[in-house]
Amino acid sequence: MLRRRVIPCLDVADGRVVKGTRFVNLVDEGDPAELAERYAAEGADELVFLDITAATERRATLLDIVERTARRAFIPLTVGGGVRTVTEMRDVLRAGADKVSLNTAAVADPTLISRCAGRFGRQAVVVAIDARTLDTPPGAGLLRAWEVVVNGGRESTGLDVVAWAERAVDLGAGELLVTSIDRDGTGAGFDTVLLRAISSRVPVPVIASGGAAEPEDFVRAVRDGGADAVLAASIFHRRVHAIADVKAAMAAAGLPVRLVPAAVA
Amino acid sequence: MTTRPRITVVDHGAGNLVSIDQALTTVGAEVTLARDGEALRGADAIVVPGVGAAAPAMARLDAHGLTGPIRTWLVDARPFLGICLGLQLLFEGSDEDGATTLGIVPGRTIRLEGAPTLPHIGWNQVERTRAHPLFDGIADAADFYFVHSYAGEPASTARHLVLATTDHGGSFVSAIGIDAMLGVQFHPERSGPDGLRLLANFVDLVRAA
Repeated sequence: MLRRRVIPCLDVADGRVVKGTRFVNLVDEGDPAELAERYAAEGADELVFLDITAATERRATLLDIVERTARRAFIPLTVGGGVRTVTEMRDVLRAGADKVSLNTAAVADPTLISRCAGRFGRQAVVVAIDARTLDTPPGAGLLRAWEVVVNGGRESTGLDVVAWAERAVDLGAGELLVTSIDRDGTGAGFDTVLLRAISSRVPVPVIASGGAAEPEDFVRAVRDGGADAVLAASIFHRRVHAIADVKAAMAAAGLPVRLVPAAVA
Repeated sequence: MTTRPRITVVDHGAGNLVSIDQALTTVGAEVTLARDGEALRGADAIVVPGVGAAAPAMARLDAHGLTGPIRTWLVDARPFLGICLGLQLLFEGSDEDGATTLGIVPGRTIRLEGAPTLPHIGWNQVERTRAHPLFDGIADAADFYFVHSYAGEPASTARHLVLATTDHGGSFVSAIGIDAMLGVQFHPERSGPDGLRLLANFVDLVRAA
């Protein structure tokens, strides 16, 4: 049976892992390759690097980190942040990434999704969607809506999140990484209503992101949100919870998870 | 000191080769990359990795003069490991894009029908149907990492080659082969300690061949 994945996310700025609240107030949390290796040993099912300063930093630093990580951690690696062209995606894959996540550039030019999927296969293309809750208009009842925001949550697009998710999949996204900007860094739990709104509408796996604090939050993202995978950063970096604790909670709730393997002999 | 067999990894432009290079090196192989048929010379084994669709990969193999030498290599029953797309290429053709593939194993690459999510991405159990040293020291139904939407379906004349199956809304073939000619639908180079063990077993098979 396909396991529900637990994915530590490493926000990388200037070659270091950082984490802030709502994409600001960044704090240095370590060397990416070192943290990646530790997470792999602790049972991470996959890793995500988001190069959050990619737009202004030189790419060579990132490619070097990707290669060092791929040579130390034998689990899948997704890299996102500032990839704008097929050529940039090729460079990141060649450096040792298995998947690339597209965000702002895909919103600006949706054909980037189809061009990357056409060249590398849709399984290599993750579309990252940052979602912000829209105020519920009077009379909307239970219906909620979210807007796509870009550039690290700083810029509105006016795009409806669910409509964009469906379009991204039609264009060739093999996975969606859905971040609730409202919840990110707050520890308020994943937005399971947002997750369900998307996972019920697309055939591809949905990765939940933004708001993780307790192991039970991961259970809810899968059980209530329909997420295929759950992603978190600071609770793992700061050792608030171990990956094994999160998986134990998921297993106790009857969700299929990969048990943490013994160290390499 | 044991010898380091020379394993040539075929580069058909599908992206990440760092992981397979590092994983095979870690388990004791001397790894070289091949972008043309000439580069296969002197190899003890060939590994064809890769993800994505068959047609661009076959076009690239054709363009670089690799199709003929790889087919000859397989007809001669020399050590081979196909990973993901590299396994699918062993069949006669792919429903994904209609590509004609190497045709070494009777059967076709077909879409995963009945899958609750596609692509099938993540860790899933590899359930063995037949004992093979490729899986020595690895528990039955151990988890390996998958990322694909299609899988090779052997014809009835090739069912005896099946080593393992996996379930994702239906059973599909996740490992196939005989002796040291093998194919796996999952990614051992991305499957942690069990993946490295499987590659170490393959290197042992190459040494013994």
